[in-house]
Amino acid sequence: MTEQIDAGMVARRIAESDRLGSPDPSREIGRARRRKEDARLITGRTLWTDDIQLPGMLYVAFLRSPMAHARIARVDTSAARTQPGVVAVYSGRDFAGEQGNLPCAWPVSEDIVIPDHPPMAVEEVRYVGEAVACVVATDRYKAADALEAIEVDYEPLEPVLDMTEALAEGSPKVHEAGNRAFTWKFSGGDVEAAFRDAPVLIERTYVQQRLIPTAMEPRAVVATTDGTAFTLYSSTQIPHVLRVMLALTTGIPEHLLRVVAPDVGGGFGSKLQVTAEEVLCLLLTRRIGKPVKWTESRSEGNLTAHHGRDQLQRIALAAERDGRIRGMRADLLADMGAYLMLVTPGIPILGAFMYNGIYKMDAYDFTCTGVFTTKMPTDAYRGAGRPEATFAIERAVDELAHELGMDPVELRRRNWITHQEFPYTTIAGLTYDSGNYEAATDRALALFGYDKLRAEQADRRDRRDPVQLGIGVSTYTEMCGLAPSRVLGSLSYGAGGWEHAAVRLLPTGKVEVVTGTSPHGQGHETAWSQIAADAMGVPFEDVSVLHGDTTVAPRGMDTYGSRSLVIGGVAVLQACEKVKEKARKLAAHMLEASPEDIEFSGGTFTVRGTSAGKTIQELALAAFAAHDLPEGFEPRLDAEVTFDPQNFSFPHGTHLCAVEVDTETGLTKIRSYVAVDDVGTVVNPLIVEGQVHGGIAQGIGQALFEEAVHDAEGNLLTTTMTDYLIPSAADLPEFVTDRTETPATSNVLGAKGVGEAGTIAATPAVVNAVVDALRPYGVRDVRMPCSPERIWRAIGESGGAAAGWAGPTESEGGER
Amino acid sequence: MPRITVTVDGIVYEEEVEPRLLLVHFLRDRLGKTGTPVGCDTGNCGACTVMLDGRSAKSCSVLAVQADGSDVVTIEGLAQNGTLHPMQEAFHAEHALQCGYCTPGMIMAAVDLLKDDPDPSDEAIRHGLEGNLCRCTGYCNIVKAVRRAAQEMSGEGVRTS
Repeated sequence: MTEQIDAGMVARRIAESDRLGSPDPSREIGRARRRKEDARLITGRTLWTDDIQLPGMLYVAFLRSPMAHARIARVDTSAARTQPGVVAVYSGRDFAGEQGNLPCAWPVSEDIVIPDHPPMAVEEVRYVGEAVACVVATDRYKAADALEAIEVDYEPLEPVLDMTEALAEGSPKVHEAGNRAFTWKFSGGDVEAAFRDAPVLIERTYVQQRLIPTAMEPRAVVATTDGTAFTLYSSTQIPHVLRVMLALTTGIPEHLLRVVAPDVGGGFGSKLQVTAEEVLCLLLTRRIGKPVKWTESRSEGNLTAHHGRDQLQRIALAAERDGRIRGMRADLLADMGAYLMLVTPGIPILGAFMYNGIYKMDAYDFTCTGVFTTKMPTDAYRGAGRPEATFAIERAVDELAHELGMDPVELRRRNWITHQEFPYTTIAGLTYDSGNYEAATDRALALFGYDKLRAEQADRRDRRDPVQLGIGVSTYTEMCGLAPSRVLGSLSYGAGGWEHAAVRLLPTGKVEVVTGTSPHGQGHETAWSQIAADAMGVPFEDVSVLHGDTTVAPRGMDTYGSRSLVIGGVAVLQACEKVKEKARKLAAHMLEASPEDIEFSGGTFTVRGTSAGKTIQELALAAFAAHDLPEGFEPRLDAEVTFDPQNFSFPHGTHLCAVEVDTETGLTKIRSYVAVDDVGTVVNPLIVEGQVHGGIAQGIGQALFEEAVHDAEGNLLTTTMTDYLIPSAADLPEFVTDRTETPATSNVLGAKGVGEAGTIAATPAVVNAVVDALRPYGVRDVRMPCSPERIWRAIGESGGAAAGWAGPTESEGGER
Repeated sequence: MPRITVTVDGIVYEEEVEPRLLLVHFLRDRLGKTGTPVGCDTGNCGACTVMLDGRSAKSCSVLAVQADGSDVVTIEGLAQNGTLHPMQEAFHAEHALQCGYCTPGMIMAAVDLLKDDPDPSDEAIRHGLEGNLCRCTGYCNIVKAVRRAAQEMSGEGVRTS
């Protein structure tokens, strides 16, 4: 324990020196190391799943439902079977006896409805894109050709597309058991009292539109077997979880199943899944006896890689006239889509503890109803529940500020937890261990030039400038580092939240780090090398990091929920410390001293007060040779650690966004964006900044550009990148980023996690800015994405003229 | 089946191909040039960008037969004699990639951009790379990398401030 505290203190000291601009050059933690991963990626020499070619490999293509809801009357595969190059054609019925159901690992309530979810539909299809049949052929073109020869007769059923209508009496049913999957309630404090006679009441409804995560690498799967053992290569974030779930689903014994995640081209939650295609590729290789590969097209991916968000949020805030928040209510409808996939129902519940944000309040009440519709299931997407919560509270706080005629930053100051109050247990029951909202906000305001921009805004309003300036504030926190296993258990999640690491000192003094985290762009190989290099006193270049293969890294809980560094990185540090303890005993033996008299510094063990010492490389060789070891000393210098955190970590920060909205065209341009994040101790500032940049871009995407749109029959209209707009370089500004560093007290690194922070913070910052620009027109909300059309209509509909402001001349009204 | 002759990264290939075979699948599945990935099927993302007779082209939007007689350079052929192209160096130096899936196409498009405009403004870089999508980086560091490579290639070197 003493050792843990020491390491934490070291980390904090390094963090401090970095902040002061003088990082300790002898330390790796805190250094802006260029990434080890880059070499293979910038030269095209990496291995993506679709790059894999195995002898005799066959290609799989899926026939997918063109209807949102229908009974399958007949599938005729006979014509397809005779096409050239076609090896096999199967319908769902052909696999009915062995395909089982795709798993849901998070039954959030006792009475939750978990419908059967066969990987290939047998009786009924419930969303457009659901797999109905598959072809296995000698190349990908022939497989696609043969799909056209499969005949399917559908008997159409009513689609169910709107959550509110789905819950109404007499609605067509997605499943026999009805359209309500679960209702989950949670509250703290006396909510009735907080809302009784509240001087100010803010009630709003926000729509978290459906999003398509859109990792740049489409999903791909390769499966192969020697008749006994199976190997599955998949573009997945979760090789370890996948192995367990596939063993449970397919009946292939776990010890005969190896799962490999080669380099993975982004995930953002979309590859935190057990997919129909992974299960079916395993079953196909088992049945055919040849390796099979499936790679999705982008349009196939937009239809069938799980979607994100899609919640309807009814929010209420009760406050005093001085701005003090008394209480909050959040009542959600969450669109599950047609089935519950791996963690579908848990996503909105992850947000349940975050609706109070960084604020003190007396009472809080949360209700979430999961609803089935005939759409692709939703599941984790960057932030997973927490962006929705942060959006709701940060939007509502801005509305409260407007209602009170108060500056939105000042209102936040009156309500947030001050830095002297940490650790602080919130009304939602979480204990925030550390933070300094004042410092991050002050820094952000200064970088942003807040007062100057407010002055310009006032000027533009006075001038009735057709291009109005809006300023958006977002002061967020999030629960990261998923998660303490006991907490996951109390929330009915099917597994724990620990992470595993092994560290091996090789005979030549090089170090292998084996991690259970599974990177897909984050840079774990670099950051974990920095941690190990510091701890072991070896050069950064002498460390290699092994991951993403259940044979090489047999234990792990994988990468999601900003957990990798704060759990997996801590496990690496602790494993290094264990190796060093063994090495210390060997050094003492070789130096003929007591282990208590041995000091370690810069990779060398020395006898206190003397120059006699042994380098860690010398000890590695001595352990390997094993000629002269202490009594009972095993001839190896390695160690394993499984770390289970005691608490979440709580990054926070202040994001400020200035937008120019052309009130004649509705076009929004982001003029400046400042983000000051506090992610605790930073191992690699370059990687941290990159995560913040990318996170902000995705948050802006939700605010301004992205939405999965369905027509009245339930067809997805945004199946291509032409229709589903992710931001391009031309759509985004330069981001100004900075950090404050308040180390986490819950782990020895002091790290808090950064993967989701930008996305969580950015969306409300941008929408608050858009609404702020349009306040003079009487606009109090614009539904996301805030497209030019929606903004233009909002101005027209809000009766801006009543405030003496002329809106667009004519408005058709109505939302899409 | 049509017979085509294509030079790819300095090697001459003579192959029979189906008329409908996309250049990117010819490169990947036939020649094993897997350095060029596929990110979409509508020519939007640019992950598959290669140089076709010296200009950037999205190889998912070109048929292999259209490349008959052409010279193709992929990301695998960009480094010369074991020395990385300045654009590759710059992407590494500026942390302009995370998952790296868009990177081959982004680098090829950026190299082409500098052919037209050797000293582009940030805005010109952002507009010039509009047809190449990245989901990880938010583009800030990609813009920096292109600027750095432009300076490097103009012989000025990179100002270190």
